Parts: sequence; structure tokens; C-alpha cells
Amino acid sequence: MILEWIIVIPLLAAVINLLVSRWDEDATRWVSLLALFVNLIIVASLLATGENVAAEGWWIAQSDRTWIPQLGASIRFGMDGLSVVMVVLTLVLGIASVICSWTEITERVAFFHFNLLGVITGILGVFLALDLFLFAFFWELMLVPMYFLIAIWGHENRRYAALKFFIFTQAGGLLLLAGIVALYFIHASATGTYTLNYFELIGTPMSDRVALLVMLCFFACFAIKLPAFPLHTWLPDAHTEAPTAGSVILAGLLLKTGAYGLIRFVGPLFPSAAAEFAGIANTIAVVGILYGAILAFAQTDLKRLVAYTSVSHLGFVLLGIFAGTEIALQGAVMQIVCHGISTGALFVLVGMLQERVRTRDMRLMGGLWSLAPRMSGMVLVFALASLGLPGLGNFVGEFAILLGVYKTYPTLVVIAALGLIVAAIYGLRIMAPVFLGPLVIPWKLPDLSVRESSLMACMAALIVWLGVYPQPVFNLTARSLGPLQIGSSISRSVEKADTLTSPRAAADRGMITKVVSGRHP
Amino acid sequence: MSSSEIIAVLPLIILFVALVLVMLVIAWRRHHGLTATLTAAVLAGSFACMIAVEDRLPQKVGSLLIVDGYAAFFVCLVLAAAFAVVLLSYPYLQSRNGRHEEYYLLLLIATLGASILVASAHFASFFLGLEILGVSLYALIGYRGGLNGVEAAMKYLVLAAISSAFLLFGMALVYAQAGSLEFAKISERVSGAGITMLLASGLLITGIGFKLAVAPFHMWTPDVYEGAPATVTAFIASVSKGAVFALLFRYFALIDLHAAPTMLTAFSILAALSMIVGNLLALLQTNVKRMLAYSSVAHLGYLLVAFVASGPLRPVAVGYYLAAYFITIVGAFGVIAALSRQGRDVETAAELTGLAWSKPWHAAVLTAMLLSLAGIPLTAGFVGKFYLIAAGIGSDLWTLVLCLLAASAIGLYYYIRVILALFAQPDQEVGPVSAEPSYLSGSVLIGLTFALVFIGVYPAPLIAVIQATASRLMG
Repeated sequence: MILEWIIVIPLLAAVINLLVSRWDEDATRWVSLLALFVNLIIVASLLATGENVAAEGWWIAQSDRTWIPQLGASIRFGMDGLSVVMVVLTLVLGIASVICSWTEITERVAFFHFNLLGVITGILGVFLALDLFLFAFFWELMLVPMYFLIAIWGHENRRYAALKFFIFTQAGGLLLLAGIVALYFIHASATGTYTLNYFELIGTPMSDRVALLVMLCFFACFAIKLPAFPLHTWLPDAHTEAPTAGSVILAGLLLKTGAYGLIRFVGPLFPSAAAEFAGIANTIAVVGILYGAILAFAQTDLKRLVAYTSVSHLGFVLLGIFAGTEIALQGAVMQIVCHGISTGALFVLVGMLQERVRTRDMRLMGGLWSLAPRMSGMVLVFALASLGLPGLGNFVGEFAILLGVYKTYPTLVVIAALGLIVAAIYGLRIMAPVFLGPLVIPWKLPDLSVRESSLMACMAALIVWLGVYPQPVFNLTARSLGPLQIGSSISRSVEKADTLTSPRAAADRGMITKVVSGRHP
Repeated sequence: MSSSEIIAVLPLIILFVALVLVMLVIAWRRHHGLTATLTAAVLAGSFACMIAVEDRLPQKVGSLLIVDGYAAFFVCLVLAAAFAVVLLSYPYLQSRNGRHEEYYLLLLIATLGASILVASAHFASFFLGLEILGVSLYALIGYRGGLNGVEAAMKYLVLAAISSAFLLFGMALVYAQAGSLEFAKISERVSGAGITMLLASGLLITGIGFKLAVAPFHMWTPDVYEGAPATVTAFIASVSKGAVFALLFRYFALIDLHAAPTMLTAFSILAALSMIVGNLLALLQTNVKRMLAYSSVAHLGYLLVAFVASGPLRPVAVGYYLAAYFITIVGAFGVIAALSRQGRDVETAAELTGLAWSKPWHAAVLTAMLLSLAGIPLTAGFVGKFYLIAAGIGSDLWTLVLCLLAASAIGLYYYIRVILALFAQPDQEVGPVSAEPSYLSGSVLIGLTFALVFIGVYPAPLIAVIQATASRLMG
């Protein structure tokens, strides 16, 4: 029941917003904040009790109620270590996006927050759903509010960007639907039961060729959202044109639903096909890492630059997911969280800058440090996080990914590591011409307000915490990631051993601890 | 005629008696409100009666009609849609000059025709129902008068007459082969695969294709949709097409469609063509009524995918999709009707621009309806689309399903374009729409939206109803 509330609360708040707006538009900001905080408290209390409620695996909470019995679909939610990390990230970035649009959004405030909460509801549903129909339901639910956020409150070229975003992701969603339906019938013809239950669909017997085709439907959909290399073209446009909160949600959460889908569904549902496909997926990932980084370097639009860094960073996530080792998968989850926070914060900062100087063109900026030292300092922190400086969260994620992939694809690691060098170059390119150097135009640039600096300070504290002490996150995810790992189900069935207690996994975790605490640099 | 037969057709008899009654009331006293109320009450009464007699079904009525669960489901759907159209028509017509009582009479006749159509078990009753429906529609389409109205009515008249000719020729061939016009006897005596039967089926499909406006027989749709009053368009798009589709299903359930691969191929081609042509042509439209016309071509194409499919999901897919489509299309044209100004429908994209800020409720309803047509969750369109895909993949119709996926990705573009216009900054030159608010049409639209979201979020009850009634025939 508690999990249904996590979904219902933001949805309810979204509707309340529309009603409240008749009296006071600004009240909707507080309603939205309140709803997200209440949700955060609910999740925290679930986490605090931290008991395992399921017979199999490790689940903090599960719920199940009948929905469409004729189809075999039910309202089945479940929260394990992976889901809870994603949900907390969603709520934190949700709160950040409400706060960062406090002064940016002044028109149609209620409708803005309606859409913001709508997209957050969809994302929460995606992270919690354990029924494939329910998952597809929430997957498509995210789309329309996000479209509105870009198309109504976006910048100059918003309509084009919103439409491109919508058509790309909807085409992916349709492929996902086809994949789900195909899996549904394959399962029914093999076992005689029509079901969309995630747990029952795991281990559906099918021929290699069919498995590969259905897996490709799922993979294409998630790869568009991620976005993986040839399918990424919607992302720079959508990011650039979206309002700040839209960019935060887009980069921090929406892209992560693609990664989550890959981890939760592609590996477990199609173990052998996914393992077979891993080589291609990893090549795509490495191309994405380099391509995104190089293109980021070439941008003159500050927001577009940050957008391309996402392509590069999400390439690392894809690499971690398909590496086939637990440490790489752990690193991928870590990278998801840290990229969400660091890129989210960068988008917030760029948004604040744009709100003040009304441009994103880097050629018009320069020497801004002297005008707004607090803002510049914050940008420095997150730019460094983005380029993977040790001590900040992204480093832990990227390092764990490279470490894990090295066992299986050493050549790719060498190439991917080049991405880190380019990352350093584009990271410095954010800083050097914009904030350092001589003043190009004497902008009237007020520094961060109390609201803005406290938001940024919180996010900076989070990224530092994840950088120096990521163990709590690893502990949470470690309990759930074992069975989700690509290639794991095959080895599990052979060895009949729990991956969590296997010496290899333990050694992996120990290594992370050592690396982070500096004993094993 | 036995008493149980009379009870079974009571809903139709009610419509028929009420027709005479409404005519007499109009002769006695011309009053718009009175006529509209009476019509709505009759439709509601007939609906209640249909539900009351449901447990006595199935019942054959002579050799002409059969009232079974399937017929009951579609009669209820037709009556509900007609009821909504009547309630939407009252404020729509009230804002215009002139006398409007006959409009309701024609609407009742058309509803009766559609009800006969879905309950027919004989080519005679089929043709009778179709012509009753068609003839009243000619008058309804031209009801607004003006060049557009007359053009639309003429176009519909000519094409409907041609399609009737095709149908009659097809029926004659079937009769020559089987020696009977009764569906059940035809299916006993002949198989669907013979050359004469194939020719007959081809002619029947051509005739029905015109009525359903599937490509390549769709040319009349945009002009008729544009020229007819918005409420009548809602009626044509829902009741008229739905009833013909229901009959098509019944006929080809008896004449085993899957025994004749040629027929399956023909229907598959029609489906693919409709989906692609409908969506591509809809892309080019700036008039919302014309856009919805082409989108309805595409949606009939989607429905044909389920029609070609086999398996347990097929009947539910068709029943659910039609129910969802009825709600959606009546709702969409209902908004256009509710916004119409003196004598003119609000239909161009420019007039709808910025509607969300001047008339938020209307814009919200129209958005919900368009999202349902695009198949976005929380609306019935999503579940409907899922069922169509499931029915298609369940019978290995991969080519058609891929067509459906591609077509609905294209379709998104124009639905979203209209939605975007609704939420854009209002056009200063055209100015915002200034229709007078009507609580009647407002509450109908809210009710339709509620129904749309309800069956979209919690479809189990409706699916159970479809399984208990309609799917017995289709199986």
C-alpha cells in the first residue's frame, strides 16, 4: 500500500495545484515541495526499517493488486536496493527542480507544476513497476508532461525540440509495447498462462533468434531514452530548449529510466541474448563516450555543451551495464546517481546564468568570476565532478565501471579511458573562457541568492559525500544487483551459488572500499 | 411473433414508437427544448430496456433480426453515443436561428437504422438498416445549409448510393450461390472460398469500405466531416461507422473469414493502406475537422488489424477499441461543437490557438481526446492500442503490426501539433474564441472525459462486459 502512496501523492498534488491556482499561483510551488518532501520521508522511513519483505531476493516493500485480470496485468510495485536509490534520486532532483524554477517560471505557474509533478509521477512509476503493462503505462505517461514542459516554457526553438523529443521517444515506446506483447505471447505459448508479471516472465524459454529480436525491441526503446550513440540526436535539442527544471528532470531522471530499463528488464528477461549482444552494446557505448565528449568540446552554447557531456557520461553507464561484471554494474548505478546530481546542478547553474544575462552563448561571456564568485565556485565544483575528479562522486562511478569492464573488454577500456581526457578538456572549457580570463561584456550579474546558494550547497554536499563515502549506496544496490547482472543468470544456474556471497563479488566490493578510502589508489 | 421475440426487440420498438410520438409532438407544439428532452429520454429509456432484457438473450426475431449479447453491446454503444450527441446538439443548435425540431427526428431515425444494422441476421434487414441510417444522414449532413453543407450532403448521397449498388450486387451474387439471404443459412450452404462467393465478398467489401471510409474508399470523408455540423460529424464518425463495422464482424464471423486467405489478404491490404494513407494525409491538414476525418480513416485501419487477427484477444480488442473510439470522437467533435459561434464551427488551427488559456476546460477535454487518439496512457486509447497490438502479434501479423507502429508514430505528430496550438500564445489577430458557455455541453464533455480516463485506468469492468456479451459471437 505504501508504494501506491508514493505514486499517488505527487499525482494528487498535481491535481490540487490546478485547483489551488484559482486563489494563489505561488502556493502551487509550496504544494509541490510539500508533496515531494512527504514522499521523501515515506521512502526514508521505509529505508530506515530496511527489512526484507520478500521470500526471494531482497525487497524493501512490495505490493500487488488486481487490475486487468483478463489480460494478466496487475498493479504490482516493488522496491529493492536499485529502485530505492532511483526513487530517492528522483525525489531529490524533483525538489531541486521546483526550487530552481522559483523565479524562472512566472507564467502559468500552476500548469507548470502540474506537468512537473506529472512527469515525476511517471518516473516514480517506472522505477517501481514490476508488471510489464504497468511499466509501459508509466513509461508513456512520462512523455506528455515532459513535452509540455519543453514546448510551453522552453526557449527560442522549443517547438521543434519538443516535437523531436516526443517522436523519438514515442517511437521507442511503441517498440517497447511490441516487445512486451511478443514476450507475453511467447510466455503464454510456452507455459499456458497469460501474464505480465515480471517475476513470472523471467526465464521464459525461447529460441535464440526470437530472444534476440524481442530483446532488440526493448534495447532500442531504452537506448533512445539513454540515449545511446546513433539515437541521441533528440537530446541536445531537447536539453538546450527546455526550461531549467525540464533540463534537470531530463538529464537527471528521464535518461536514467533508459538505464534502469536496461538493468531491470533486458538482462534478466533475455540473459543469453543480452550476453551475446554485449559486445555490440559496449562498442556503441564507447563510441558514445568519445563522440559525446568531442562534440561537447565543440559547442559554443553552454547548455548544449552540458547536454553533450550527458551523451558521453551515459555511454559509461551503458558500458557498465553490459560489462558483465558486478563491479561495473555497481559503478553504472553510481554513475547514474552522480551524473544526475552533477549534471542536474550544472543545468541549474547554467539556467541561473541565463536568467541573469539572457544568453547561453559562451563567446559573449568571460571573466564572470569577478562578478559572481559564489556562482562561479559552484560551477567549478560540478564541472570538476563532471570531468571525474577523485573525491567527487562521478570518479567513483567511472572508476568502478572501467575496473569492471577491464576484466571482460580490456581494449574497450583503453579507448573509453580516452574519454576521460577529453572530459578534462571540455570540463576546463566550461570554466576557463566563461568564468576566468578578461571580462568580455560588463554584465550586471547579481550573485546567487540565499535560495539558490543553499540549493547548490546541498547538491555539492551530496556529490562530495558520494565521492568520499559511497559505501551506503553500494551496500543498498549490492543486495539487488546480483540477479540483474547481464550474464549472471547463466552462471548462476550452473554454479547454483549466490553471487552476493561469492568470493569474487566480495573481492570487488572490498576493492571499491579500498580505492575510495585511498589505501589502494 | 412470440412474446419473447417482442421483448427482445423492445428497445428497437421503443425507438420506433418514440419516433412517431416525437413527430406528433412537433406537429402539436414546436419547442426545441421539449423535443430535445423527449429524444434524450427515449434514447435513455431504450438503453435501460436493452440492459433489462439482456438476461433473455440471445433471441432470434423472425429470420430478419437476432438480438444476442453482441447486438445488445453494440446497440447500447450506439444509443449511448446518440444520447451524448443529442445533449451536445441542444446548445449547439440553440445558438443558431431557425427551427431545429426535425433534427432530433432525423437523429432518432438514424439511431434506429444503426440499431437494426447491428442486430440484423439477414441481408434484407442489413440493407434496410443501412438505408434508414443513410437517408436520414443525407438530411443531417446538409442541415447547416450553405455551400459546404450542400456539397457535403450531395457527395455523401452520391457515394452512398454507389456503395449501395455495390452491396446489392454482392447480395444478389450471394443469393445466386446460396439461395438464401439469411446469414446463418448462407454459412451452412456455401463456403467463403468459392469464386462466386469471393466476387460477392469483394463487392460487399467495396460497399462497406465506402461506409467505413477505409482507404482507398475514403475520399468523401474530409468534405463530409467538414461540411456537416460538428454534432452530426460526431454521429457519423461514431454511430454510423461503428454500426457498419459491427455488422461486418457479424457477417464474416459466420462466413468464416479465415477459411478464405484471399479475403484475409484483401482486408490486410485495406488495413495497411488506411493506416498509412490516413495518417499521411492527416499530416497535411490545417482544419481540425478534416484532420480528424483522415485520422478516422487511420483508426478504422487499426481496427481492421484486429479484424484480420484471430485468437482470444480479437473480440475484446475490437469491442474495447470501438468503445474507446466512440467516446473519443464524440468528445472531440463535442468540443468543436461547444466552441462554435453563430453558424460556424471553430475548426481551424488558428482559432484554436491559445484555447487553453481562454477556455481551459474545453482545451483540457480536447487534449484528453487527442491524447487518447494518439494512444497515451491514462486514456482509453492506450489500453485500446495495447489490445490491438496484442491481437495482431497473437496471430503473427508482424507486417501489419509494424505498419500500425509506424503509422501511430506518424499520427502522433499531428495530434501533438493541435495540442501544442491549444497551449500556445493566443493569436492576436483572430482573437480568442468567444462562445457562450453551456453547462449542458460542458457536463457532457466532462462526463465523456471521465469515462475515457476511467476505462483507460481501470479497464477490467468494460473488458468483462465485452467478454460476457460481444465475444460470444466472435469467439
